[in-house]
Amino acid sequence: MISVHFPVLLVLVPLIAAPICLLLRPLPGATWAIATAASWFCLYVTVSLLFRVLDSGTISYLLGNWAAPWGIEYRIDLLNAFVLVIIAAIGAVVMPYARASVTREVSPRRIYLFYTMFCLNLAGLLGIAATGDAFNLFVFLEISAFSGYTLISLGRDRRALTATYRYVLMGTVGATFYVIGIGMLYMMTGTLNMMDLAARIPAVAQTRTIHAALAFLTVGVGLKLAMFPLHTWLPNAYTFAPSAVTAFLASTATKVAVYVLIRMYFTVFGGAEIFEMFPVRETLMVLALAGMFAGSFVAIFQENCKRMLAYSSVAQVGYMVLGISFATVTGLAGGMIHLFNHALMKCALFLVMGCIFYRISSVKIADMAGLGKRMPLTMAAFVVAGLSLIGVPATVGFVSKWYLVLAALEKGWWPIAALIVASSLLAVIYIWRVVEVAYFRPVPEGAPEVTEAPLSLLVPTWIMVLASVYFGIDASRTFEVAHAAATLLIGGGK
Amino acid sequence: MAAAAIGMIRLRNLFAVVMLSGIFSLSAAALYVVLDAVDVAFTEASVGAGIATVLMLSTLALTTTEEAIKDHRNMSALVVVLIAGAVLIYGTLDMPFYGDPMAPIHLHVAPLYLRDSIVATGVPNVVTSVLASYRGYDTLGETTVIFTAAASVMALIGRGRRKVKHGVPEGAPSHGYSSMKPHPILRVTAKLLIPAILIYAFYVQAHGDFGPGGGFQAGVIFGSTFILYALIFGVDNTRIAIRGWVRRTMMASGVLIYAGTGVAALLLGGNFLDYSALLHDPVHGQHLGIFLVELGVGVTVSGSMITIFLIFAGQDR
Repeated sequence: MISVHFPVLLVLVPLIAAPICLLLRPLPGATWAIATAASWFCLYVTVSLLFRVLDSGTISYLLGNWAAPWGIEYRIDLLNAFVLVIIAAIGAVVMPYARASVTREVSPRRIYLFYTMFCLNLAGLLGIAATGDAFNLFVFLEISAFSGYTLISLGRDRRALTATYRYVLMGTVGATFYVIGIGMLYMMTGTLNMMDLAARIPAVAQTRTIHAALAFLTVGVGLKLAMFPLHTWLPNAYTFAPSAVTAFLASTATKVAVYVLIRMYFTVFGGAEIFEMFPVRETLMVLALAGMFAGSFVAIFQENCKRMLAYSSVAQVGYMVLGISFATVTGLAGGMIHLFNHALMKCALFLVMGCIFYRISSVKIADMAGLGKRMPLTMAAFVVAGLSLIGVPATVGFVSKWYLVLAALEKGWWPIAALIVASSLLAVIYIWRVVEVAYFRPVPEGAPEVTEAPLSLLVPTWIMVLASVYFGIDASRTFEVAHAAATLLIGGGK
Repeated sequence: MAAAAIGMIRLRNLFAVVMLSGIFSLSAAALYVVLDAVDVAFTEASVGAGIATVLMLSTLALTTTEEAIKDHRNMSALVVVLIAGAVLIYGTLDMPFYGDPMAPIHLHVAPLYLRDSIVATGVPNVVTSVLASYRGYDTLGETTVIFTAAASVMALIGRGRRKVKHGVPEGAPSHGYSSMKPHPILRVTAKLLIPAILIYAFYVQAHGDFGPGGGFQAGVIFGSTFILYALIFGVDNTRIAIRGWVRRTMMASGVLIYAGTGVAALLLGGNFLDYSALLHDPVHGQHLGIFLVELGVGVTVSGSMITIFLIFAGQDR
């Protein structure tokens, strides 16, 4: 019976958990327990929703029981069921990890606020992905953005504040552009419901207002997903945030923004036509390729390992946008698979960073000398997830790049296929730098004794690492879902 | 408004800029009244011209009132702004004219609201029924945004637990805003005004069904009485009058009341936020639901405003 309400409960439970966490200020342990329980509940709900969508098709839930364009509708189809599972899964794995990591990295007086913000962020991200209403999406975008800014600023390094400030400025511009775009669409169609918009836009598609709306939406969402060259907020924000926050946000926040871009292009604007009407494809493709190379190239020269991974995220977002820009079933499926796969491996890598920071209070590459011997399990996790980032066969990174290359060849664009492979080679360099320092440099004289990270950190890390191997060897399930979702979207986005 | 905007760009004195932004908001509110959007005007007046100005002033008290002068001019920023402005203007070219009865917004969703909302919800103010019922879920989200903002301020610059002793001795070194304390006229006027404003807040809260008003505006007005109290009688006294746990409980319970109303509907067999399920008669249920969620909005908004102000004002300088 209660499962009828799953679409709203998955947002509501973390949303209600947040004020409860605020009230439980004297009991930081209890706030952690509540946040963890909420995130596990969300995982259960999203997985069961995904199976239900696979079985019986799109689910619609009317909030307040008002019919669709008048009230707000939650609409779960294959695409967002897939994204919801990613968000909830990352949340459910990061939460157990957060307990030890956050105690070390966040001021004890603010721990209850940390979990309040985490619940809000989870609710916001899930709300963005679940809704079928363009304005409701904006409301939850604000919730996730505000709480995200605060989570980043809770890092103990004072530079976290300036990094947050920059993110606030860029993020606010992004959100404002999004809402301007939605306002223009509303002006021309009189509706905010995505399916209704999709039905009514073709009649007015050739007006300048709709063109401007498309431009504002693209730039606004592009800021949120850190599309090159709108990525400047990302590296510092990810570097100075607490480790658990970086692991969570890096694998969910930008992914949700990629989802919004896909949703806007293929559902609201009706799919492949806009790629013919405007130079959308050329723009996206050039920016994606530039991001892939610039991000990876800058990553090579970073001294701080977290920062290096942050730049690598800019490059990885490039692969996803590249997949979108093909606007073919294989390309879109490749982009979506990469969305899932990158979430797994980037989460694993940032969790490793948290383990290292827990022990040596630094994530500078130079300080990692000899860590391969002293923290063998942690560094082994780094190596496996790093191989995945490069795209070695039998890891998830290989699967998504494989589909992207296929999509490029399908269109006969072999230079792009070559560029995808070439940019992967850059990843070899920056991952190797860390591996070299950790395994082949001796432990410096007089270095403090370092032991392996505690199990509460290692277990979540290895869950992510093993997941990124499992879904690399058996990619049939992710491919099945992504392919079916892409087929729906290209076929007019039902 | 244009003059105020240009003035805000040119002036270097931030105090004047804040005042101009208040004037800007007030004229915007007047403009909304002319456009027949009374509810929006009310919100703009209380939030934009009222509380936002006070919060910016308290920020100025923490920093400085003169803008630092930068020598270099950022040309790329200018180019970006010009392009964005050009696209905005380009977008307006094909918009329907203002007041055009054939514009899509008047033909698609809105007519049903106008036709059915009074019958379906029993609330004469269409804006309230759209806000609290048809799009009630958005409003729950907005309430959560306010909650998030206040909790963020607590996380960023709140100092955590700090004991405030009862009865700050007279003549103690004046702290922050308590410097206005010796003015008898201000104190007497404030004592006369505060109860009246509180009653007005309750009126706005309860009257949202019939006229402009509702939880957001009422919450802001309610919160502003405490801010006024803090300005006249000092921040420390206000912290005693409304303790930290009371403020946090207000912030949290508003969201919980709102979401709880939705959950109650869900448990009684409706969808989430389907107020019709609350009582045997759907229209009565709608009315009760709208009253409860507006109350939730008011509680969270007032708790959040007081929290934000007290944290700003309580900072050491």
